[in-house]
Amino acid sequence: MYEGVVQDLIDELGRLPGVGPKSAQRIAFYILQTETYDPSHLADVLTTVRDKVRFCEICGNVTEQTTCSICRDPRRDQTLICVVEEAKDVVAIERTREFRGLYHVLGGAISPIQGVGPDQLRIRQLMTRLADATVSEIIIATNPNVEGEATAAYLSRLLQAMEVRVTRLASGLPVGGDLEYADEVTLGRAFEGRRLVG
Amino acid sequence: MPTYRDEAVVLRTHKLGEADRIVTLLTRGHGKVRAVAKGVRRTASKFGARLEPFMVADVQLYEGRSLDIVTQAESLGSYGADIAADYASYTSANAMVETADRLTEAEGSSQQYLLLIGALRSLSRGEHEASLTLDSYLLRALSLAGWAPSFDTCSRCGTAGEHTAIVVQLGGVVCSDCAPPGAPRVGREVIDLLSALLRGDWTVADATDASTRSKASGVVAAYTQWHLERGLRSLPYVARTGESA
Ligand SMILES: [Zn+2]
Ligand SMILES: [Zn+2]
Repeated sequence: MYEGVVQDLIDELGRLPGVGPKSAQRIAFYILQTETYDPSHLADVLTTVRDKVRFCEICGNVTEQTTCSICRDPRRDQTLICVVEEAKDVVAIERTREFRGLYHVLGGAISPIQGVGPDQLRIRQLMTRLADATVSEIIIATNPNVEGEATAAYLSRLLQAMEVRVTRLASGLPVGGDLEYADEVTLGRAFEGRRLVG
Repeated sequence: MPTYRDEAVVLRTHKLGEADRIVTLLTRGHGKVRAVAKGVRRTASKFGARLEPFMVADVQLYEGRSLDIVTQAESLGSYGADIAADYASYTSANAMVETADRLTEAEGSSQQYLLLIGALRSLSRGEHEASLTLDSYLLRALSLAGWAPSFDTCSRCGTAGEHTAIVVQLGGVVCSDCAPPGAPRVGREVIDLLSALLRGDWTVADATDASTRSKASGVVAAYTQWHLERGLRSLPYVARTGESA
């Protein structure tokens, strides 16, 4: 235990996801001891990010406006929607340059043990987007793990009743991993080789 | 040597740091174990898929100070993919592992381990309707934990008979003398199904209709929630008979 504000900083950093007590201590001492480091920039960004950033009204991606840059871009293929768990998966897929359609961010995967059911995800909003017949294909790109596969199975059954083609990324993505860690080539191939489900 | 080997089923996983996971394992011989699986979320991980929920594996663990570390995992039963492919099986499996997690809070047992892997294997093969497998598992897991319900003799005075009043707080069926005023009553076919699920009599259980199953599920859910303090988080999400995706 350190005294006062130093411990406060370590505790605060330690509350962030992925930061253990040792990392928190390392970051805290970096901030304390590095004269060239100016913490006011981080402080500014932290205070403005919560005010400025919101979720796209259409797809749920992060944006500073009411809709995200992908949804606003008329050159994107309006007939394709790629469904992902998190906004960071949008970034991973954009990196492949393989996909020119739109996205839909669910906000997670179905996990009853963690209290996440279909109603806690943006599934109703996805169904609303299919109301007019613009969209012809839904590509389900949830993570290749148990929760992601279960979410994909749930969605494909739900979408069976709609006039839309439902596809799932090709296997070849390592099972049990996170989509964000797949390299661009593998992820790009998974898009090309996507298969029809249901 | 601070390493040991055991058979284990993965109850749940939590993300840890950049690419690790904490896995909660119910082992055959070492009770419940929480261990770190390093690098499993990376794509090159050698055991990512073997340490997913509902998977059964032969694991080697290194005893750490607070958490153990998984050093090896060989698959003994990869039930996860088949369970995930069917929503009713997936939600049922969630309720099973949460129950196992809660019932083994103090100590695990090889019987709880064997009961759970048997139920997960059955779910993955689609041997019975998922909610029947779940209800049978719940009744038997609670029985192993010392809370065996009674569906034949009165759970209060032991009188035999065709009782139809059920009071979960008293432990099952009760006779007319013991039944408190307004005690809920169910049809004999519901009692017969509950009794079959507790015994594992699948010939009887598989032959029942949807309405009987749904009533029996209600009793099992009430019985489970009564015995597990705070209730089960996953139970309300279980897709039951006749419900669509
Ligand atoms: Zn958008
Ligand atoms: Zn009695």
